Amino acid sequence: MEKVLTRNIGADLQPTDLKAYEANGGYQGLRKALAELSPKDCLDVISGANLRGRGGAGFPTGMKWSFVPMGDKCTPGHKYLVCNADEMEPGAFKDRLLMECDPHQLIEGMILSAYTIDADISYIFIRGEYVVAIQRLRDALAECYAAGYLGDNILGSGFSLNMYIHPSAGRYICGEETALINALEGKRANPRAKPPFPQVSGLWGRPTIVNNVETLCNIPHIIDRGADWFKTLGVGEDSGTKMFGVSGRVKNPGCWELPMGTPIRHILEDRAGGMQDGLQLKGFLPGGGSTDFLTPDHLDLAMDYNVIGKAGSRMGTGTMIILDDQTCPVGMVLNLIRFFAHESCGFCTPCRDGLPWTRQVLEDIESGRGRAEDLDTLAYQVSYIGAMGNTHCALAPGAMEPLQSALKYFRDDFDRHISGGSCPYHSHTRQGA
Amino acid sequence: MNDAQMIQTDVSSVLSPEELSEIDAELAHVPYKSGAAIDALKIVQAKRGWISDQSLQAIAKYLDMSAEELEGIATFYNLIYRRPVGKKVILFCDSVSCWICGCDGIKQKITDVLGVDYGETTQDDAYTLIPVPCLGACDRAPVMMVGDDLHTHLDEAKIDALFPDKNKKAGGNS
Repeated sequence: MEKVLTRNIGADLQPTDLKAYEANGGYQGLRKALAELSPKDCLDVISGANLRGRGGAGFPTGMKWSFVPMGDKCTPGHKYLVCNADEMEPGAFKDRLLMECDPHQLIEGMILSAYTIDADISYIFIRGEYVVAIQRLRDALAECYAAGYLGDNILGSGFSLNMYIHPSAGRYICGEETALINALEGKRANPRAKPPFPQVSGLWGRPTIVNNVETLCNIPHIIDRGADWFKTLGVGEDSGTKMFGVSGRVKNPGCWELPMGTPIRHILEDRAGGMQDGLQLKGFLPGGGSTDFLTPDHLDLAMDYNVIGKAGSRMGTGTMIILDDQTCPVGMVLNLIRFFAHESCGFCTPCRDGLPWTRQVLEDIESGRGRAEDLDTLAYQVSYIGAMGNTHCALAPGAMEPLQSALKYFRDDFDRHISGGSCPYHSHTRQGA
Repeated sequence: MNDAQMIQTDVSSVLSPEELSEIDAELAHVPYKSGAAIDALKIVQAKRGWISDQSLQAIAKYLDMSAEELEGIATFYNLIYRRPVGKKVILFCDSVSCWICGCDGIKQKITDVLGVDYGETTQDDAYTLIPVPCLGACDRAPVMMVGDDLHTHLDEAKIDALFPDKNKKAGGNS
């Protein structure tokens, strides 16, 4: 397979500097766009490539950008392009790799995206713990300003763009794009009501696009080599390649660039090396902590947005979390619900109060204090908190996804906790203690 | 600090010229002063380790905000510290992949070695232990950060090696 996103990422995981990036075709997409393509041309290429957002939702990038008012339809003032580099989804570790090892790829993608929507200011909103990535991006930005890829009149094109790095002060909810915008404005990161959508009224009330790191990293290649080429990269129904990851007790956990539509079995068995000795696969979250469990029956599915969706889950970030047969499914869901309850922004009641209630019920079951009617309570919570429209944003519904699918696939395990009055996997929970 | 003292806070007697100049640089990018609130908190914290009541009052005054509003922001973000922390903060990942890989045992080991639980600082002010959302290094679980350094594939031997001069007698305070 042709490496696209990881073409500059070697086994040593060292960062690619400007010289090396340019030597491998870097900034050719930008030169081409500024010389030959109008913003509308760029938008058409991205739309035609059928690139879908790699942050989790899979929304078509070209369509997202098409809602930004252009030319006379936009009131005078700034427009913003924001990179969401706030990778905090439990089990997700792909954007870290892209930023640490090839910062220029992201920056070129951002310049091209800003050109397409006619933005003049861009931000990289990055989680504060990504110390190495922040430093390497700072170094790369300095190289770009010195080389004329950023600043006024980029490469003599008349297009100007400034780019800033904003290390975040924390909180998972900042990954939600309107919460991220509030954080950039110096406020509490509560999500905003939509509409208005950020494309029309985002940062400081101005048109704003927020895209995930991996999404933006695709842009230079699509502009340079075209939509048709990009569509040939996928082996299923979706276009391009994808960073897929596997974590949990497998032999070779890691992150790999593979064609969109790669079968799950290939990722788990050939790349991750299968389960560690003595362990069996019980289930997995295909795309991070807020996606529904799938089971060994789903191993031959293609990692495409619609295929995983039809199986009852979401591709999410494409970074799988593996549940083995000696790890307690109730404990795993409890860990996730604890995370989401802690990370609730507190704005709406079903999330702020519902998630701690769910956590309490799960703690009771896991510790052997569960009662049969607790399962009815969990089912009620799933149906109420999990329903879009009952909560202010997608955090709480996302939190319900692993729970509702665990109740479906691992119901026996919940029953055994309750009937036996203890966790049947107890030996694992003491492991390492 | 009581209300009367707060109102009389003289910004320049609390914040250093260096801090004010860094905050001014951020103010150049934002359309109104409160837009730099988080940046200002981070700037002051970078110098002092944490945000005291006095610092908070002074920053709020400088940004034309109420102290209450800035307090709401400061307490929202987990990397802004409103209590003193040790010289290094240990950000311990207890999210799902690290949990599957046995982080509960590692956490217990750290507590045994350093004598502190979550939210506590060692008596010698060297370390504060805090849980953190998934650190994005799940392929190398269990992981944690000590200061700016990421430590991966944690096991009990690595904890011993990281904190060689600590023993179980070290008591914690909160």
